[in-house]
Amino acid sequence: MSIFLNKDSRVIVQGITGGEGSKHTARMLAAGTAIVGGVNARKVGTTVTHKDKDGNDVELPVFGTVVEAMETTGADVSVAFVPPAFAKDAAKEAIDAEIGLLVVITEGIPVQDSAEFWAYAQQKGGKTRIIGPNCPGIITPEEALAGITPANITGKGPIGLVSKSGTLTYQMMYELRDIGFSTAIGIGGDPVIGTTHIDALEAFEADPETQAIVMIGEIGGDAEERAAEFIKQNVTKPVVGYVAGFTAPEGKTMGHAGAIVSGSSGTAQAKKEALEAAGVKVGKTPSETARLLRELLG
Amino acid sequence: MDLFEYQARDLFEKHGVPVLKALVAETPEQAEAAAEQLGGGTVVVKSQVKIGGRGKAGGVKLAKNPQEAKARAEEILGLDIKGHITRKVMIAQGADIAEEYYFSVLLDRSNRTYLAMASKEGGMEIEQLAEERPEALAKVPVSALTGIDEAKAAEIAEAAGFDAETAAKVAPVLQSLWTVFAEEDATLVEVNPLVKTGDGEIIALDGKVSLDENAEFRQPGHAELHDIDATDPLELKAKELDLNYVKLDGEVGIIGNGAGLVMSTLDVVAYAGEGHGGVKPANFLDIGGGASAEVMANGLSVILSDSQVKSVFVNVFGGITACDAVANGIVKALEILGDEATKPLVVRLDGNNVEEGRRILQDAAHPLVTLTETMDGGADKAAELAAAN
Repeated sequence: MSIFLNKDSRVIVQGITGGEGSKHTARMLAAGTAIVGGVNARKVGTTVTHKDKDGNDVELPVFGTVVEAMETTGADVSVAFVPPAFAKDAAKEAIDAEIGLLVVITEGIPVQDSAEFWAYAQQKGGKTRIIGPNCPGIITPEEALAGITPANITGKGPIGLVSKSGTLTYQMMYELRDIGFSTAIGIGGDPVIGTTHIDALEAFEADPETQAIVMIGEIGGDAEERAAEFIKQNVTKPVVGYVAGFTAPEGKTMGHAGAIVSGSSGTAQAKKEALEAAGVKVGKTPSETARLLRELLG
Repeated sequence: MDLFEYQARDLFEKHGVPVLKALVAETPEQAEAAAEQLGGGTVVVKSQVKIGGRGKAGGVKLAKNPQEAKARAEEILGLDIKGHITRKVMIAQGADIAEEYYFSVLLDRSNRTYLAMASKEGGMEIEQLAEERPEALAKVPVSALTGIDEAKAAEIAEAAGFDAETAAKVAPVLQSLWTVFAEEDATLVEVNPLVKTGDGEIIALDGKVSLDENAEFRQPGHAELHDIDATDPLELKAKELDLNYVKLDGEVGIIGNGAGLVMSTLDVVAYAGEGHGGVKPANFLDIGGGASAEVMANGLSVILSDSQVKSVFVNVFGGITACDAVANGIVKALEILGDEATKPLVVRLDGNNVEEGRRILQDAAHPLVTLTETMDGGADKAAELAAAN
């Protein structure tokens, strides 16, 4: 078991012919993901060829629309690598097609565009789970990768991980590489994102394979505080937390568009305190966080 | 990006929001000329700083004629308001204020939508109003799909408790303010106060606007709204080099990949610094996934031109980029920099191809470079070196 993504997931790539799309299609295939095609309206009818995990060539068809790709291949997951200016339309197209999972990797999307496609997905009945934007995507080790997370850091195991940050996800997977992960999901560092910490926590709580959860947050917004409240009420599995950005000054955006302390709100200290009040052990550093998790797993 | 009041006023005017005539001045003489240009009558001289409480700090003054405007501008220019130095004043026409209201529309992160707030009791700080009289502040969710159309504007005006006559005048202004929000890719548009004059006109007297920097690719006019004067020179240099850099007040320069890991690195260095005389991180610098030699050299060049920096901690997790590529980047960057590189460099590499990466740095044996095994160990070493230098 895992959450949101597994070995049966059939994945298409929006923007499969672009630089990033092409590079990561190859990586996802090499990680064992069932990539079944891609979308680029200007390259309809062509194919792209990459190697699968056994080194065999796989010829992938390029479709004009997400709907066509789904009808022909039975795809249920799309990973979008399209430039910021086109991301909103790409997301709305996937939502219109009612694909089950849409992972938006693109960084730098105007927040009004994200707010719009999120609202659009809700209006369409919330049939499409959105992860991102500005995220590394999701990996269920040894089964499938929908995103850019390095697949060779670690393998399958009992830890579920949800994080706003890509490299901190990798760092934490590396720290705990001897134990392994059920699923690791990077939800993204933008002010408006689809899947939240709470969505992932709820799914990990319900996933029999996940025995403990690592939750990584950072400055900005109140997602961690809300997640803390959710944990207190709904999560019985052990959770350890880590929050980045204690030294971030007020009013400065720290890399991620959403990582900003506004006045006294959104501070790392407030998030840490909220998590601790919910019974979550919070590490001072990534390595200490890994240690806390080891202790909980026994 | 937060705008100055006069920039917000200009955007309001552009989108049909009623505002008073106003001009910007950087010298008392310009202020006098501006007051003259506005008709020679009563004007308000307002400090242009991006912080609230200007009135109380003496940053907003009435002037009855151009000579007074010059004198008031002389007092206000250079005024320090909570650490913000006044470099410009706005000279605005006087208004006959009958009533003061409040309106804002902003991105509501928690609910992933927009929120409009309106009150008949404007003028005071909105945080104070929200705390003391929350019932006087109407909060109305605004859909990202439909925005503030005629019906929504009427709903907001009604929720704020305006009488029918005033509501009919306020509502179209709310729609225009929504146009500012939507067309300019704003995350906040706030008017405080929104006033009704003695003649019953609605005017946006003071405005606050925050713009989304991610939208600059489709907002060509926004680049020139950046406040170059107030930007740290190192941040300007970094921006020119397309680096994601924030200057902080400390001694340990930081280079890392990925926003989260870099933020975490700052924290870990600050903890380590507690054991080494309280040295602190000097900057945030995310060189992203690529970490090419050129980007590494640019990053190091910016950090080393910060005279406060005593040591540098390079903390890279090789995910997509392999550590050997990063190590080669560091070696080449040091070659490019030559004599410019004078401070000790602590390097921690982990992840993809880490052995090869470490071997490359060991073979290069650059006298300034110390390799460490862990992030915590690297932070400690960098802090120690900063404290010793």
